[in-house]
Amino acid sequence: MSIAILPDDPQMRKRFGDLKPPLTPQAAVIEANRCLNCFDAPCTAACPTHIDVPGFIKRIASGNLRGSAMRILNANILGSSCARVCPVDVLCEGSCVLHRQNHKPIQIALLQRHAMDNFHASGQKLTIASRRANGPRVACIGGGPASLACAAELCRHGAQATIIERRPLPGGLNTYGVAEYKLRAADSLREVEMIQKMGVEFRFGVSVDSASALRELEAEFDFIFLGLGLGAMQRLGIPGEDLKGVTNALELIAGYKIGHIRQLHGTVVVVGAGNTAIDAATAARRLGAQKVYMLYRRGEDEMSAFNFEYEHAKQEGVQFLWRMQPLAIKPEAHGRLQLETVQVQMVNGTLVPVPDSRTTIDCDLIVPAIGQSPLAHFVQEMRGVEVSAGRIVADRATGRTGNSRYYAAGDCENGGREVVDAVAGGQRAARAMLKAAEVAHA
Amino acid sequence: MPDIRVRGFAGSINSPNPFWLASAPPTNTSEMIMRAFDAGWGGAVWKTIGEPITNVSSRYSATDWNSMRMMGFNNIELISDRSIETNLREMAEVKKRYPHNAVIASLMVESTREAWHDIVARTEDAGADGLELNFGCPHGMSERGMGSAVGQVPDYAQMITEWVKEKARTPVLVKLTPNITDIRAVARAAKRGGADGLSAINTINSITGIDLDTFTPRPNVDGKSSHGGYCGPAVKPIALNMVQQVMSDAEAALPFSGIGGIASWRDAAEFILLGCGTVQVCTAVMHFGYRIIEDMIEGLENWMDEKGFKTLEDFRGLSLTRVTEWKHLNLNYKIVARISEQKCIGCGLCHIACWDGAHQCIHLDRESGPVDGHVELHTKPALREMQSRATITETPVTRKERAVAVQGTNPTPLGRIPRVDETECVGCNLCSLVCPVDECIAMVRIDNGPAETWDERVTSSTCATQPRS
Repeated sequence: MSIAILPDDPQMRKRFGDLKPPLTPQAAVIEANRCLNCFDAPCTAACPTHIDVPGFIKRIASGNLRGSAMRILNANILGSSCARVCPVDVLCEGSCVLHRQNHKPIQIALLQRHAMDNFHASGQKLTIASRRANGPRVACIGGGPASLACAAELCRHGAQATIIERRPLPGGLNTYGVAEYKLRAADSLREVEMIQKMGVEFRFGVSVDSASALRELEAEFDFIFLGLGLGAMQRLGIPGEDLKGVTNALELIAGYKIGHIRQLHGTVVVVGAGNTAIDAATAARRLGAQKVYMLYRRGEDEMSAFNFEYEHAKQEGVQFLWRMQPLAIKPEAHGRLQLETVQVQMVNGTLVPVPDSRTTIDCDLIVPAIGQSPLAHFVQEMRGVEVSAGRIVADRATGRTGNSRYYAAGDCENGGREVVDAVAGGQRAARAMLKAAEVAHA
Repeated sequence: MPDIRVRGFAGSINSPNPFWLASAPPTNTSEMIMRAFDAGWGGAVWKTIGEPITNVSSRYSATDWNSMRMMGFNNIELISDRSIETNLREMAEVKKRYPHNAVIASLMVESTREAWHDIVARTEDAGADGLELNFGCPHGMSERGMGSAVGQVPDYAQMITEWVKEKARTPVLVKLTPNITDIRAVARAAKRGGADGLSAINTINSITGIDLDTFTPRPNVDGKSSHGGYCGPAVKPIALNMVQQVMSDAEAALPFSGIGGIASWRDAAEFILLGCGTVQVCTAVMHFGYRIIEDMIEGLENWMDEKGFKTLEDFRGLSLTRVTEWKHLNLNYKIVARISEQKCIGCGLCHIACWDGAHQCIHLDRESGPVDGHVELHTKPALREMQSRATITETPVTRKERAVAVQGTNPTPLGRIPRVDETECVGCNLCSLVCPVDECIAMVRIDNGPAETWDERVTSSTCATQPRS
């Protein structure tokens, strides 16, 4: 694993520059001084990893940047990426009491980024407990945030953790699936490098997709942590979906992040209106598409994307086609595509086509972004691990599944939430495994 | 509009308003003082005149606070580095061009009768409206037997004041140093020496801070520093106290020019309420320039207008009678904190301040509705934080989840609005001082029967100590 694998393309850097530029050191101190230092702060309570927000902010104000970063990392090992990708409007910043005083919440995310950037730039290291002889050995399947957090927490307490990732790079969606102007793949890898230096082992390009592979892991490890994430992007289920020129949101995002896609042109249609759909649509704009449509079968009020994402997409020049459903994709001359659509409306709780409302959109790229499918087919192989509605069933407080050697957290368990939720879940599972191992040895 | 002119201060000093520039860098030259008068300043105390000195660089340092610059300011600059002739020639020019503004000469010479007689005569010839004897400068000059070296010894201060008064025809103000156990001792000496007025405070001995990389205190002069004179907003409370001490002392009280951290009309009004006839400003001008005078004048006039004061004399000294010795305070006066549910933003600062800094009577136990009275079972702060961090929280991702999520844009949840156990509240004010919201915590008087002071209690208990039957 190395950050050097990633292409460093000046044009891409310019196109995908920071959506929110970092604070200057002085701006950070001024902002930090604005923080009231609430008791039992609502921002801390709102954070799934319960970062001591006033604690790290007041350390910025006092000039104790090292302490600030440690305060963050103690609660959330992915504090660096969370500072960039968290929907803080509905988390820490959303709960800031200053909303009620002067309507200007503290810019917690930017302050957290300031502390973490300083930590990485100054080459500081985390101190970890020395490895315990009788500590549990844990295999973490999947290299995304849940596994990273779980493995880091285990290592910090002297246990042994091995992350098994099918792709060539670790980090999961942090590396492959977040808009580059929010979190650069390089920053994600830098964070993983820190975790690697803590003693977490990585196996890349290894797929664990059979009962025999699991049995081998069971023989080698005491516990298996499932940080699998979700499965492939869901298909539209319409004719023409396999034509050249039809991709999906995660493929598009991963493609430009690792350098496979450098340029788009013409018209791009993104189908769906979630946060990933917006990341794909804005990326298409920045990659050069003249027109980018987001097509959604429901209305503006029902889109699942966060409000700030929606506002951002509008600013980027993305156009929205509400209450429209794709029917078929047809090939056109010169590799272009034609998307047949129909207007729909809600009648007695179901969406039905509006008569005589068919239209076609000439386009160059179609990007389905209607969510990821669950991984049910794989986890069925694991005896005793119950799967319900595509999610692995696990105890909320411990992540323990029906099989006492299997723990799970992150998207595969919660159905698809944020990085910070995966981190919190991974940490809880790690602590539970440590405790279970202690009991077993007692 | 109210009349804010000063008439016959310390005998004969007039100025269009009570705002003077203190003897300091902003009054270094005629060019500066004339610009200040153009901006609106009523008077200026000339940068101390005496045998020219050589200064060091650097000279200033400051105490910043929470990203605000210069809460406190410190200097090791000495008196004027220009010749007496130059200063007096320029003074004559200023007086000629600005006859209605007050020009006061700050003086400091060696401690001989001849030296003082000479400088007084020359300064008055130049047209000064009054003299200010600099017995306060705490750095450099004091090592040479001048400045605060005089101001710290009442007999010296009296002697020099007497010398000056032998010669002076204009009002003589003595500028007092705060670097003394009881400022009244020197104020009384100045009065005995015949001073017409006092000005105070001069700067306070200080080391503003130490550079944590070089280990040298600031300001750094080639790797070393020296104690300097502290001033600026940080010193105002000390200055107010000293003004009150002097003005409440019959043997010391004289027409007073208040100095110390004055940066706004509010500060000025406070000094005047404690008896000052004029006020002097330096740090705020060094920070923002002469232009601050506009708001100082307007603000004071508007406030006087609101209060119905027509002249400065209408409110000068009004607050003096409201300062007393502790033993005369009413022990039966009781106030308690009341927290406004509508205004509380839920920061919890009053709770933690009361628990860790006061009397453990502000509680976060209102989960379902108001709780009144004394409750003995409380969750201690550390436990509450621990419980809250043990709670499992998830990002509200769906619209439904977001609708019910706790948000700062919603009203403060009841569980975060503290309640005051009035049976335990001692009325100390701490909660209302830490509360970031204006008028959220009110300190409300509760009826406690007739007033009784410590003095009265001690007296009456002495009377009551009769042998029991």
